[in-house]
Amino acid sequence: MGELTSLTLKAALDGLAAKQFSAAELTQAHVEAVEAARALNAYVLETPEKALAMARASDERRAKGAAGPLEGAPLGVKDLFCTEGVRSTAGSKILGDFQPTYESTVTANLWRDGAVMLGKLNMDEFAMGSSNETSAFGPVVNPWRTRGGNAKLTPGGSSGGSAAAVAAELCLGATATDTGGSIRQPAAFTGTVGVKPTYGRCSRWGIVAFASSLDQAGPIARSVEDAAILLRSMAGHDPKDSTSLPVETPDFPAFVGRSVKGLKVGVPREYRVEGMPAEIDRLWEQGVAWLKAAGCEIVEVSLPHTKYALPAYYIVAPAEASSNLARYDGMRYGLRVEGGNLTETYEATRAAGFGAEVKRRILIGAYVLSAGYYDAYYLKALKVRRRIADDFDQAFQNVDALLTPTAPSAAFSLGEKSDDPVAMYLNDIFTVTVNLAGLPGISVPAGTDAAGLPLGLQLIGRALDEGTLFSLAGALEQAADFRAKPEKWW
Amino acid sequence: MAIDAATVRKVARLARIAEPQDRLEPLASELSGILNWIEQLNEVDTEGVEPMTTAIAMPLPMREDEVTDGGDPARVLANAPKTKDGFFVVPKVVE
Repeated sequence: MGELTSLTLKAALDGLAAKQFSAAELTQAHVEAVEAARALNAYVLETPEKALAMARASDERRAKGAAGPLEGAPLGVKDLFCTEGVRSTAGSKILGDFQPTYESTVTANLWRDGAVMLGKLNMDEFAMGSSNETSAFGPVVNPWRTRGGNAKLTPGGSSGGSAAAVAAELCLGATATDTGGSIRQPAAFTGTVGVKPTYGRCSRWGIVAFASSLDQAGPIARSVEDAAILLRSMAGHDPKDSTSLPVETPDFPAFVGRSVKGLKVGVPREYRVEGMPAEIDRLWEQGVAWLKAAGCEIVEVSLPHTKYALPAYYIVAPAEASSNLARYDGMRYGLRVEGGNLTETYEATRAAGFGAEVKRRILIGAYVLSAGYYDAYYLKALKVRRRIADDFDQAFQNVDALLTPTAPSAAFSLGEKSDDPVAMYLNDIFTVTVNLAGLPGISVPAGTDAAGLPLGLQLIGRALDEGTLFSLAGALEQAADFRAKPEKWW
Repeated sequence: MAIDAATVRKVARLARIAEPQDRLEPLASELSGILNWIEQLNEVDTEGVEPMTTAIAMPLPMREDEVTDGGDPARVLANAPKTKDGFFVVPKVVE
């Protein structure tokens, strides 16, 4: 049964359709894999009974000829998605034992299409982090280790649980979210594929809010095609999210494998940053060569405001977070720590419930929004954000997509950067621009570094042009032929 | 700009987060480090640039002003730390 967990989502769906195995068998194999992998700390809540019940119901639907596009596929769900009757924590103590009485739109779409939920996946608290170390449940451990080494590495963040679970074959695919790189950076660190769709492509309804103008849900999967299959189900217009785009969802899997001949791909020179390891630069060059060989035309482009994206993000995101997280007041749900009066109760609740990084960001947000600083910081950042979006608009006049590295390094050791917030923030240097501009991005595993750790390349597309990204990502995947897997030690 | 312990206390108060006295100095130093790094934004010429408040150029959708949900107090109260007779119980606000 062990081999069932090694299938791609596509192969598993084909096997289910061909009656080679049942959803119950496929799910049971995953439940056992999850139980055997607790050393990774990828799941914060396992729901094996629910999974098996969903799998049996799926088998019944299939027997009746009513199979959906994800019928019987066992998936993991980032704990930022509210799941009805199943504890949802956002990786924070302040939500305590919160059991939503509703289902997020994205997960509801997955269940509508027949998928099975294995459990809830670990993450940085409120998705604020790049290493999973801010989780109230402790960090996820990357299934990958350096060749011959046994140091515990970060799976990246904030969707570290999603990325680790997919890489370690603890689910066929997972939901994730990306506010500044939280899907793509963990995908790069774990040798998986991660897609941050166009802002508004997936409904944010029922996803715990971090920075509402940047947050976007997407899949992490083991192949480009799997990611396309998942996104096709996750996406779609939702009247319950006022920023959900009223557009049809394309048949994303149909774009994978299409010829990319004649597409123009830009290489932004500003992404060649000081101190970047030579092997990442080499991999980037290799990616250019692969796309050229596939018939793409490569063009150097300039995105002059790139270096200002991270500092702008660290005003915009904390400002929105400080407003969004005001709701955790200890009155309606979650933790309450009693104080002498109402204000003291608020203050004690929030002091006990939030972790250090979340507090830091709330304080920055409150500061940049406070009287006297609003114009100098917040308004300035919004203007810089416009400049960054304009850079992309300019570039996309001439090219169909952009190719960059996903992250400036391979996975690093747990604890290595946790004392230096700015060093940690720099992980998102290549991904955060995309969130500010609202564009789609995808990370594809493209090679390994000298220590044997996976590295990813990122493709950035025009708004709503995920299709082209899936075609290009498919071409990169085929050329890179990345087959390395983490050696099982857990 | 460097921020001091008094500013941290004020901001923490605004954010309704109790920060113990001995955390104010370390926080001031951490936040100053981050804000100093953010200062580089001043290098960007933003004269006449319209602030970007949303990633999508779409007017907010409108709908009929009618009730679409509700009437289910048990679900609303299901996760409350304290409830009584169908109400949230909160600390006394008015003396």
